[in-house]
Amino acid sequence: MLNRTADSVARATPEPLARRVRGISDKGLAWLFISPTILLLLAINIFPLFWAIYLSFTNYRANRPNEVVKNLGLSNYRRILGDQDIWIAMQTTAHFVFWTILLQTLIGFTLAWLIDRKFRGHAFWTTIILVPMMLSPAVVGNFWRFLYEPQIGLFAYAISFVSGIPPTDIQMLSNVSLAPWSIIIVDTWMWTPYVMLICLAGLRSIPEYIYEAAEVDRASNWRQFWSITLPMALPFIMLAVLFRGIENFKMFDMVNLLTGGGPGSTTEVASITLKRQAFESWRTGYSSAFAIILFVAVFGLANIYVKALNKVKQR
Amino acid sequence: MKSTLKLTLGLASAMLTSTAVSNVAHAEDLTLCWAAWDPANALVELSKDFTKETGIGMKFEFVPWTNYADRFLNELNSKGKLCDLIIGDSQWIGGAAENGHYVKLNDFFDKEKISMDDFVPATVVGYSEWPKNSPNYWALPAMGDVVGWTYRKDWFSKPELQKEFKEKYGWDLAAPTTFDQLKQIAEFFQKREIDGKTVYGASIYTERGSEGITMGAMDVLYSFGFKYENPEKPYEMDGFVNSEKSVKGLEFYKALYDCCTPPGASNSYMGEGVDAFKSGQVAMHMNFAFTWPGLQKDENVGGDKIGYFANPKGPDGDQFAQLGGQGISVVSYSDKQESALKYIKWFANKDVQAKWWSLGGFSCLNAVVKDPNFPASQPYAQTFLDSMAIVKDFWAEPSYAPLLQASQKRFHDYVVAGQGSAKDALDGLVKDWTQVFQDDGKM
Repeated sequence: MLNRTADSVARATPEPLARRVRGISDKGLAWLFISPTILLLLAINIFPLFWAIYLSFTNYRANRPNEVVKNLGLSNYRRILGDQDIWIAMQTTAHFVFWTILLQTLIGFTLAWLIDRKFRGHAFWTTIILVPMMLSPAVVGNFWRFLYEPQIGLFAYAISFVSGIPPTDIQMLSNVSLAPWSIIIVDTWMWTPYVMLICLAGLRSIPEYIYEAAEVDRASNWRQFWSITLPMALPFIMLAVLFRGIENFKMFDMVNLLTGGGPGSTTEVASITLKRQAFESWRTGYSSAFAIILFVAVFGLANIYVKALNKVKQR
Repeated sequence: MKSTLKLTLGLASAMLTSTAVSNVAHAEDLTLCWAAWDPANALVELSKDFTKETGIGMKFEFVPWTNYADRFLNELNSKGKLCDLIIGDSQWIGGAAENGHYVKLNDFFDKEKISMDDFVPATVVGYSEWPKNSPNYWALPAMGDVVGWTYRKDWFSKPELQKEFKEKYGWDLAAPTTFDQLKQIAEFFQKREIDGKTVYGASIYTERGSEGITMGAMDVLYSFGFKYENPEKPYEMDGFVNSEKSVKGLEFYKALYDCCTPPGASNSYMGEGVDAFKSGQVAMHMNFAFTWPGLQKDENVGGDKIGYFANPKGPDGDQFAQLGGQGISVVSYSDKQESALKYIKWFANKDVQAKWWSLGGFSCLNAVVKDPNFPASQPYAQTFLDSMAIVKDFWAEPSYAPLLQASQKRFHDYVVAGQGSAKDALDGLVKDWTQVFQDDGKM
C-alpha cells in the first residue's frame, strides 16, 4: 500500500524531479525529512549549550560587546563553588523541592485514591480539582499575591478567623519564616492535581483480578493497600516525583511573582540567582558556568533517579 | 477580460504606490524610548509641537519601570535600531558612553550653541557627563527628578492631633526638618485611627528586584555621612561606605521600616508608595518628584490635603537627596541621527522647556527653574528646587548593574529580612563592590 502510494507520487512528479526522488534511498529520504528538525534542534538547543560551555570559561559580559574576552580557565567554576550565597540559594532550592514534592505526592496520591473509589459525582470533582493546574503561573502568582495581602487578602482573614491573630500580623510574603512556605503552599495548590492525575493513571492500571484474589485470600484493606496498591502504583508515583522535581528545581515564575526572592534572600532559589547574575549583573561568563553546574546537577540526579525507577519497574 | 485585467493591474499599482508614498512620508519618523509613566504622556503631548514644526513624526516605545532597564539595555547591547532617541537612566551613562551606545554630543552642542551652563549643574553631572565632572556630554538633561516626601497636610493640621503630638514630643507637628523628627512623626501616626481607618507612619522604598531599596536607603544614608569612596583616592571604599556614620544611617532606615511602615510593605517602590498614599494608608510618603503632579491632582489626597518636603537633615546637619531623572541621548545605532539631533535642539529651547514643566515634566533648564514665578507655579515647585540643590547619585560606572545588585541584596537582607547587623551589611557591600572594581581592572 505504502509502496503503491510512493510510486503514484513519483509518477505524478515531473520527470527530472521524479528521477531524483527515485534515486534516493529510504534512509536518505528519512534524513531529508528529519534534517530540518535536527538543524533546528542544533541551532536552538545544542549550539547554545556548547556556546554556554565555552562562555563559562571566559569573562564575557553581554553588555560589554566591545570588551576583549579573556579566557579564565576554571576560575568561574571555582568562584561559584566557593560562593556562600550560591550555596544558600542551592539550600533554598533543595528546601523548596523537598517540601513541594513531599506535599504534592502525599496529597496527590490521597486524592487519586479517593477519586479512584468512583463515588457519585467523581468526574465532576476530578474536573474541579484539575482547575488550578490549567491556570497560567503568571495568573496564579498575581492572584495569590493578593490573597496573601495582610490588609485586604482573604488568606490572612481566613487564618485570622481560625487563629484569632490579627490579619495585619499575618504577613506571609514579608515574614522571613513564612515567605518560603507561602511559595510552597501556592506550588502545592497548583501542581498537586498533576501528581494526582499520574497517580490515578497508576491506580487504574492495576488489574481488578489481583484485588479479587486478595479478597479470596481474606487480605484486609490495609494489607491490600500496602501489598498491591502502593507497590503497583509506585513507578507512577516515582515518575510524578521525577517530573515535579525537575520542574521545581528550575522554578522561577512563581517565586519571581510572589516574593522576587525576598524578603532579603530568603526565597532566592537557584534560578533567581542565575537570572540576576545573567540579566541584571550581566556577568555572562559567570552565569554560564552556574547554568552548566545546575544542568550537570539536574542531569546527574535525574539519571540516578531514572535508574532507580527502572529497577522498581523490573521488580 | 482585457479591461478587467487592466483594472486589476491599475488598482494593484495604485495600492502599491500609495503604500510606498506613505512609507516615504514616515521614513523619517523618530522613535523615542522611555519608561511608561506620567511624564512620558506629557512628552507625547509636547512632541506634537516638534512634528508640527519640522514635519518629523514621533513614535514612542514606553516600557514599565520594572522592565525598563532590562528591555532597553538589551536593545542597546544588541545594537538594536528600535530607538533613535532614548531617555536612559542616569546610572547608564558610564556604560552607554564606554560601550558606544550613545552619540557624543559635544560637537553638536558647540555647533548649535547649546551650553551646559544653562542647565542645573547637578543634572548635567548626573545625566550628561561621563567621566563625571569632565566636559564630555552624552545626553541633554531631560527630566529632573529627586527623591522627596509628601505628607498629609490635613492630618497634620488636625487640632487634636497637634495637641497630642506637642504633649508627647514637645514640638509642633509639622513637616520634619530632620530624620529624627521624621521618625517621631511616623511613630506618632503608626496604627492610629483617623476618620475610622487605621493608618500608618510612612511608606518607604523596600523593593528588592530592581533598585528600590538602594534608592531609599541611600536617600537616608547620604545625610548620615555615607560616602561612596575616599575623595582623595577613587575606589577606596573601606571606612567610607562602612563608616560609623553609614552604619547609623542604615540602622535608622531599618528602624524606620520596622516601626512605621504599613503591614506587608516589604517590596515597595514607586507604584506601591503612590498606592499607599493615595489610599490614605500613610501619613508620609517617600517617592520621586515625578509622582507629585499626579498626587496633587488626586481627588482624595491632593489639593489642600497634600504637602511636600525635601529630604530632612541627618544628625550632623548634612542634607542630601537621591537623584533620579534622566537625560535624552541619540542612539549611535540609529539611521536617523540627524533628525534625532534636531529633536534634541528643539527640546533644549527655552519655550519648549517651559511648556514641558507646565505639562508635568520636570525641566532642568536654569531659565525655567530660576524664573521668579517658578516657585509659585506649582505647590511642589519650591520643594523640587530645594531637593535638586542637594542631590547625590549612585555609581554611574559601566558596572553599575552588579554594583546595584550587590547593594540591593545587602540592604534587603539587613533591613527587611533582619539578617546580621548594619555593619555586616556595609562590610559585605565593600567586599562586593571591591570585587566588581577588581574585575573591571580599576583596583
